[in-house]
Amino acid sequence: MNFPAVKVEGIGKLYDLGKRAQTDSLRAVITNMISAPFRRLSANEASVASEEFWALRDVNFEVKKGEVVGIIGRNGAGKSTLLKILSRIVEPTVGRAVMRGRVASLLEVGTGFHPELTGRENIYLNGSILGMRKHEIVRKFDEIVEFAEVEKFLDTPVKRYSSGMYVRLAFAVAAHLEPEILIVDEVLAVGDAEFQRKCIGKMKDISKGGDRTVLFVSHNMGAVRALCTSGIYLAGGSVKTQGDVETVIGEYLKPNDAALRSSVVSKYGIELHDAGIYAPGASSPLEVVYFLEACEVRIRMSAAQGFAMAALVVRVYDDLGSLVTTFCSCEEGVDAFTLKEPRTFLFGIKSMQLMPGQYSVSVYIYRPHDGQVYLEADAFFRFEVLAAVVPGGMLAYTHQHGVARIVDSCHLV
Amino acid sequence: MTSGRADQATVQNADHLALAEAELVIRPRPGWIAIDWKELWTSRELLAFLIWRDVKVRYKQAVLGVLWAVLQPLFTMIIFTAIFGKFAKVPSDGVPYAAFVFAGLIPWTFFSSSITQASQSLVNQQALLTKIYLPRILIPAASIGAALVDMAISFAIFAPILIYYKIVPGWGLVLLPLLLTVTVAATLGIGMALAAITVTYRDFRFVVPFMIQSWLYISPVIYPVSVVPKEWQWALAINPMSGLIEGYRSAFFGLPLDVYSLCVSSASSLALLVFGLFYFRKTERRFADIA
Repeated sequence: MNFPAVKVEGIGKLYDLGKRAQTDSLRAVITNMISAPFRRLSANEASVASEEFWALRDVNFEVKKGEVVGIIGRNGAGKSTLLKILSRIVEPTVGRAVMRGRVASLLEVGTGFHPELTGRENIYLNGSILGMRKHEIVRKFDEIVEFAEVEKFLDTPVKRYSSGMYVRLAFAVAAHLEPEILIVDEVLAVGDAEFQRKCIGKMKDISKGGDRTVLFVSHNMGAVRALCTSGIYLAGGSVKTQGDVETVIGEYLKPNDAALRSSVVSKYGIELHDAGIYAPGASSPLEVVYFLEACEVRIRMSAAQGFAMAALVVRVYDDLGSLVTTFCSCEEGVDAFTLKEPRTFLFGIKSMQLMPGQYSVSVYIYRPHDGQVYLEADAFFRFEVLAAVVPGGMLAYTHQHGVARIVDSCHLV
Repeated sequence: MTSGRADQATVQNADHLALAEAELVIRPRPGWIAIDWKELWTSRELLAFLIWRDVKVRYKQAVLGVLWAVLQPLFTMIIFTAIFGKFAKVPSDGVPYAAFVFAGLIPWTFFSSSITQASQSLVNQQALLTKIYLPRILIPAASIGAALVDMAISFAIFAPILIYYKIVPGWGLVLLPLLLTVTVAATLGIGMALAAITVTYRDFRFVVPFMIQSWLYISPVIYPVSVVPKEWQWALAINPMSGLIEGYRSAFFGLPLDVYSLCVSSASSLALLVFGLFYFRKTERRFADIA
């Protein structure tokens, strides 16, 4: 019975970004057709540079029946492309994959939900889109409603639902699929903390039976560790490490200095030159900060064509990939700004209140109101907080004590 | 209670074991891809749900609701009868113009609204292309299925009109199922081809409405084929809607059936269906990459 449920052999996916731009509109095709005979005459042939890139290259792995595999990797490592290929949404350019058993994939919660339809109607519609038969949906209907906690709003159009209710209902439908191979992408990133716990619990139930194979993508190492028995670490479109989940997570978390601190340019022309954590007024960045020490986060950036109404957002993650804190330029005293020539932003930290441990920092540029990301520098730099004894204290806090200290005194009255 | 549950579970496991034999191979498939009839058959419930959704959503927010499906063809009939029947004195093969034009409007309205909805169906539901796998042919097919529901309503309105003009359809009515099948075939072919083209070339968002508008004039909706010079009638019949609309009229009004035109139109419908299906299958694999 130990045949692989999923077998991936030499899968590769080539995207040609240049070609896409060329064929996106009819006008481009027509001008192409007309200019094609003359193109050889033009000296500047290099200008038709193809922007080919392999999103995945020579990916090989096997997943045994009943295994719960976490697929981890940084943004752009090819995780989503891999899941889309295994879900039959896109076709691979080369290679093949064999899946044994009924496959269901969940790349987004609520695919096919229609805002005008009621909760009840959407359960049927979405269930059917996910591949459930009508009698299956009927049989699980009550269970789905109970899990989603939407009994009272079953006959309300989902456009009137709060986002929390919407996500709960959508996840509930998906959670009641009974496939043999389940492919799940980052869906747990939505919803409130309590609901996320419920989802992870449900996912655990799903995978506990032992005959269901699960491929699970997440940035949250805590969730991966909780759910998965083995892991696959994707980097640059290929499998870097595969094996026991702890080993793979360890590999993923190992600082990769080459990848850090090289400047990042977004497609909107915004460049992140440098960012790091510094002692106040110092000129070179710190690798380590002592607990309770004063320091500052410095970020230097520019925008070639100028970029108005920008807001700088910084997110700090712990070594499991859980978000610890966020800070935003708008909230800390710099209104939406125009960026052109290189400028440095300083975020002051009077006293480092993060508990000792490893942290990584991601930098983003947003515009207030539109929610779009104009620059994304994932895990741009890392720092470590070293244990230090609180003045007057006896023992140092360590990483075992959580992620942050929120008090600064204690009085006996 | 527990024993009941257990029974259910075993049945289901057996079900799954049977399915477990199924092996899915994912690999690049160059060239033309055959139609997976088995897959389409197993997803018939999904098609029904998608049609049901389209019908439901269309009339959900409208105050008059499904009444629109009645009013729309009725108003069109009244306007056409006034302008073309009364003022322009367009001949109508001896049939009262209102009944004549309505018989043409039934297939035409189905055709034009199907094509309009189907051609937009993929670009308007990108999540169904990029976030999940389902037999994508079902998406434009559902738009056409929803238009069929409207067509059924039109047929229902036609009955009192026929009674009012004291028209008794004869044996010609037995042709109706055949005519309907061919109409749906032509519509599916064109609808699927346009849906697939629109994903790649968004320009077709603007091309399709214009195309439909022009198509009305080369279809004998407001005029009978008999006004077209004899030597050009074959050319008109290449347009599937031409032979079909005349066919519906023969069926309802007992007019002589132009077998030749109907055959030409049926042949071109079939050709369009085959082309539409294969073109869709060929381009389908790129949908998620470019949507």
